[in-house]
Amino acid sequence: MAAINITNVSKIYAGGVEAVKSVSIDIADGEFIVLVGPSGCGKSTLLRMVAGLEAISKGTVEIGDRVINDVEPAERDIAMVFQNYALYPHMTVYNNLAYGLKNRGTPKAEIDARVAEAARMLEIEQYLTRKPRALSGGQRQRVAMGRAIVRKPAAFLFDEPLSNLDAKLRVSMRGEIKQLQKRLGTTSLYVTHDQLEAMTLADRLVVLNGGQIEQIGRPLDVYHTPASTFVASFIGSPAMNLLRGTREGTQLHFGSQVLDLGRPPAFPGPITVGIRAEDLRIARGGEQSLTLKVEYIEELGAQRLVHGTVDGKKLTASLSPEIGIGDTLSLSIAPERLHFFDADTGKRLAQPFDASATKRETAQTLEMAAG
Amino acid sequence: MLGLNKSAGKPREETDAKRVQFNSRLLPYLFLAPQMAIIFIFFYWPSVQAIHSSFYLEDPFGFGSTFVGMANYTDVLKSGEYLGIARFTAVFTALVTFFSLAIGLLLAVKADGVIRGNATYKTLLIWVYAIAPPVAGLMGMMMFDQHIGPLVKVAAFFGWDMKVGLNYNDTAFAMIVVSVWKQIPYNFIFFLSGLQGIPVSVREAALMDCRSGFRRFWTVILPLLAPTAFFLLIINTTYALFDTFGVIDVMVKDKAANNPITLVYKVYMDGFRGNDLGGSSAQSVILMIIVFVLTIFQFRFIERRVHYN
Repeated sequence: MAAINITNVSKIYAGGVEAVKSVSIDIADGEFIVLVGPSGCGKSTLLRMVAGLEAISKGTVEIGDRVINDVEPAERDIAMVFQNYALYPHMTVYNNLAYGLKNRGTPKAEIDARVAEAARMLEIEQYLTRKPRALSGGQRQRVAMGRAIVRKPAAFLFDEPLSNLDAKLRVSMRGEIKQLQKRLGTTSLYVTHDQLEAMTLADRLVVLNGGQIEQIGRPLDVYHTPASTFVASFIGSPAMNLLRGTREGTQLHFGSQVLDLGRPPAFPGPITVGIRAEDLRIARGGEQSLTLKVEYIEELGAQRLVHGTVDGKKLTASLSPEIGIGDTLSLSIAPERLHFFDADTGKRLAQPFDASATKRETAQTLEMAAG
Repeated sequence: MLGLNKSAGKPREETDAKRVQFNSRLLPYLFLAPQMAIIFIFFYWPSVQAIHSSFYLEDPFGFGSTFVGMANYTDVLKSGEYLGIARFTAVFTALVTFFSLAIGLLLAVKADGVIRGNATYKTLLIWVYAIAPPVAGLMGMMMFDQHIGPLVKVAAFFGWDMKVGLNYNDTAFAMIVVSVWKQIPYNFIFFLSGLQGIPVSVREAALMDCRSGFRRFWTVILPLLAPTAFFLLIINTTYALFDTFGVIDVMVKDKAANNPITLVYKVYMDGFRGNDLGGSSAQSVILMIIVFVLTIFQFRFIERRVHYN
């Protein structure tokens, strides 16, 4: 068990393509960090540099105060779980688990004990004599996890370990990974492109885009205060609505539609406004509202996603299924629930209605009481 | 393959469902007919002929034949010369198979390390195989030529007066070298494609589990290469036994008598040079039995250790 310090790490491929651009992350001992981003954002490359499967072009990676830039992968005291399991097809499950220990000269009795322990934890005891090809996808994934666990490494590295499983299994394995990590307390670095997986697993999220860190933070902080339009649109499902508008006085103009905020936003000019679908609600009479032209509706059971346009711009609202829906809807939003981003850089701007979490909750309670 | 089905434990219905259904019972046999005809004309028929004539003493000029029972076989098996040739064939086959497999594998492993993902380089390396075997054989032979062969000169530099075609051991050495050399590209290609078929992530997993590259090779790479290696073992054994005929012929033809030859060349010598068709047929039958036994042995005892994916 150890902390991992990634300092100004870059990956530059032959030909000058920079896949990872000066990334720094400090991971505390026992922390579960998820690297998330779209394909090609450099998350896997970063993980593979920590694993030692890719050379580190610039910067340093430390595991437990030891710089491991030039240390062999087998000597880094890490274990990795691969996307396609990467089990040794010619070995039994037992040998798959024992292989790494045997190569490190662990005594036979201890190997037996550790394999038995991991097998019990993962409920794969009855498969120990089988070969991987006689196992299902979920069982193989458990074996792959077991191979990491028996080593008792300083850190686990996960490279999209659940993406080959079907949806149901993915959800249950996700829960198991989380529990297992909490129980073992092993520092973990987990790569995924699935924002839901990232949200549910992470102690802290690292959102990557184009080889750079967009934001690091706890899942809910990232969700509630996205640092950029990229993070806003990437984290959360449905994605945050982003509307281009202009500020004039106390008003926000979206084409012909106007939202009066009652208080002036910082200074006039163009702006990108972010609205979470679940923050929108049906406007009561006389309230400030936007008119949504309804295009289609997705029924999710517990809620209902209404897709449409506001002055030609796409907007999605998440509403309760009990509410009747016509061709147009008047939607209102509490001003402190609006997110403001720079129209050019996409960076988050200082919020004129700075709502701390507590304030937000109070507002919500009041609204509920009022409604 | 049988073992594979057993251990996979597939339900019987599943394999049946994959079977193509024919309306006519005759049709499948009709499809098989061309292949069967070829096997019949070039294998079964000559085999039966050989077995038949191995029991007769044939007149060299084709004027008749006399039934002699097992006499041809007992003559051959009692002959010290024949047993000597058999011994040489065994050594020759073992050495040629071993070295062509080992060197082919070594080159493939080294090439695999470099060309992973580099298609151009791979194509360049594989081109070697496009050189026609007789041309390759002839080139190899020239290397050992008494007058212009560079290898003979190199040997002379170290004080080895190499006389290929005159000295028994020198000829044997040249024969083995050329036979191995001819077979390496073939093995190289199969091993290389076998190596490239091993999933990258499995290699990477091994990289994290095992520090020593040598140990990784023996415990992960080689076992995964076993199906390829087993296939090549059979192909190379057959090659060393039969297909080296051309190499041997070029080396010992019209040379002084005391040169090493293999069993298949002895069949040819006795049958077509010595005009002893009966004795030569008996030798063919013996050779056939040897190959039969060897193949069964390989499948029974070596294939069992092979892991198929």
